[in-house]
Amino acid sequence: MSAALEPAHPPRGPGDRLTGLFWRRPWVLLALLLAPPLLWLGVVYVGSLVALLWQSFYSIDEFSGMVVPELTLKTYAELLRPSNADVILRTATMAAAVTLASAVLAFPIAYYAARYAKGRWKAAFYLGVMLPLWSSYLVKVYAWKLILAKEGIVTWAFEGLGAGNLLNAVLAIPVIGGNSLSTSYMGTFLVFLYVWLPFMILPMQASLERVPATMLEASSDLGARPGQTFRHVILPLAMPGVIAGSIFTFSLTLGDYIIPQIVGSSRLFIGQAVYTLQGTAGNIPLAAAFAVVPILIMLVYLAVARRLGAFDAL
Amino acid sequence: MIAAVDFTHVSRQFGSGAAAVRAVDDVSLAIAEGEFFAMLGPSGSGKTTCLRLISGFESPNEGTIRIFGQDMGAVPPNRRHVNTVFQDYALFPHMTVRDNVAYGLMVRGMDRRTRLARAEEMLALVHLPEFGGRKPGQLSGGQRQRVALARALVNEPRVLLLDEPLGALDLKLREAMQDELKSLQKRLGITFVFVTHDQGEALSMADRVAVFSRGKIVQTGSPAEVYERPATRFVADFVGSSNVLSPEQSARLGGPARWTSLRPEAIRLAGEGTPGTVTALRYLGAGTRVAVALEAGLDLGVLLPAGAPVPAPGEAVRLTWERSAMHAMEGEE
Repeated sequence: MSAALEPAHPPRGPGDRLTGLFWRRPWVLLALLLAPPLLWLGVVYVGSLVALLWQSFYSIDEFSGMVVPELTLKTYAELLRPSNADVILRTATMAAAVTLASAVLAFPIAYYAARYAKGRWKAAFYLGVMLPLWSSYLVKVYAWKLILAKEGIVTWAFEGLGAGNLLNAVLAIPVIGGNSLSTSYMGTFLVFLYVWLPFMILPMQASLERVPATMLEASSDLGARPGQTFRHVILPLAMPGVIAGSIFTFSLTLGDYIIPQIVGSSRLFIGQAVYTLQGTAGNIPLAAAFAVVPILIMLVYLAVARRLGAFDAL
Repeated sequence: MIAAVDFTHVSRQFGSGAAAVRAVDDVSLAIAEGEFFAMLGPSGSGKTTCLRLISGFESPNEGTIRIFGQDMGAVPPNRRHVNTVFQDYALFPHMTVRDNVAYGLMVRGMDRRTRLARAEEMLALVHLPEFGGRKPGQLSGGQRQRVALARALVNEPRVLLLDEPLGALDLKLREAMQDELKSLQKRLGITFVFVTHDQGEALSMADRVAVFSRGKIVQTGSPAEVYERPATRFVADFVGSSNVLSPEQSARLGGPARWTSLRPEAIRLAGEGTPGTVTALRYLGAGTRVAVALEAGLDLGVLLPAGAPVPAPGEAVRLTWERSAMHAMEGEE
């Protein structure tokens, strides 16, 4: 018989003792790791959102301009007034147009990067897509204002190519046209497209990267033409990425208040409406109700996407 | 008679210049209609590239490939009467099993009702009649394999290609699938070409085996021919790990003065014969593999059948074999 086996080594200081505790009670470690992010997410993030939602059910006293802290749907009714509904419709249309255009523009780029780019070219791709994200948003937007201005490089280039009339014809289109690109919806659209495009390319590329090459070969092997392979295999498998990207482009456009302020006609977008209502007008309830709109639109959008089977390949 | 698949001096090279690799190097072969043909070789021997040349995912740099007499030079994969069962099955994860199987018919424009009915027939053929509504993710490896098989067969290919068809399955399932593939092939009468690195699989399923090494076919023949009369040292060693004897060793043991193969199961322990010492034992269940060091400074592997008395390591034994079991091989390789 031999004596009981000693542990390989006795605890060496508090670190070792802590490790022992974590080993014996794994939930302690889990709780320690999860507490800070849960606190952040639950209290700071979701909490303030709930507070915002709550205030949208308050209303404002029309005579005194004071907020009446009683729950009512009056503010939401106000949202449906033609001038406010216009803002919502305008913003949603712009967001949809930007999303659609970035999806169309991003797909070939993402596809090339996922399927063909190797080594150095792949690095160049990531750099090219991310570089614009590293510079200041304001600088980019003001730069675009100059590019699109009546005296800017776009006008100059069109005239230099003898296509000045073409530009004027485009600008003469009602609603989306205007005095110059920088004061029209088209200008706003272009800048949105530029600024949010990386947010569409990256998730798309990630989802395309996960489609194995044999999947495409299998499709071709079974007799599919390239177009059929695209429609029945590539697109459905890339759909989660497209949806993820569109969530970014759509919601970022819905909430932005700086780009339409700097480039575009002076008509309000949701973000600008929120900005003015909570600031000078002091109408916090209506501002909150406006802020709820993008959330609702996104929820409806995701529900529809799910319905259409966009997440089947997840 | 026209061969189902015919390679004439086919080469496929990857890369260029000094870094060029000839994955397939001047291969000529003819696979007859209705044959179960195996391409056997270690990884990197060019067998998979050959399969991809038949399916059309690779094009030869030199030579011609004919399928039922038709030159495949300008025919893309989707227009060949050939279908593939991929190694990773490559089932479409977003479609149900039924839609997966019906895919080949859908892209040909067959109406939904007819193609789904055909898909159900194919699923019954591979013994998965009730799985049509599931997604591939909900199936086991063996079931996915069957779905991949059904999906390839629904197009009624004239040649079915199988890339390591049983590689991902466990042993029990693999044996069952071997029998099933074999009987399926007999029933359908389609030419099956399959690629494997598992010699047991090739020997047990195929009518004919081509052994690949470094981009070339080193031997083609029936499983028995390849096993019993290996053409080269490589074949002797790769197919069933034989004892390969150099010309001098062979001559000393009473064989021809040539490179010679002596199968471990052809050697018996006896009261008389060549003396040696047991150095190691490996129990295989159905037998025991004994390594014996001969006095001539040579190791021989001996396979003793189950039930035979097994010597202990270090024990002196005597070995005997029929002289006809010493098979002389051509060439130096």
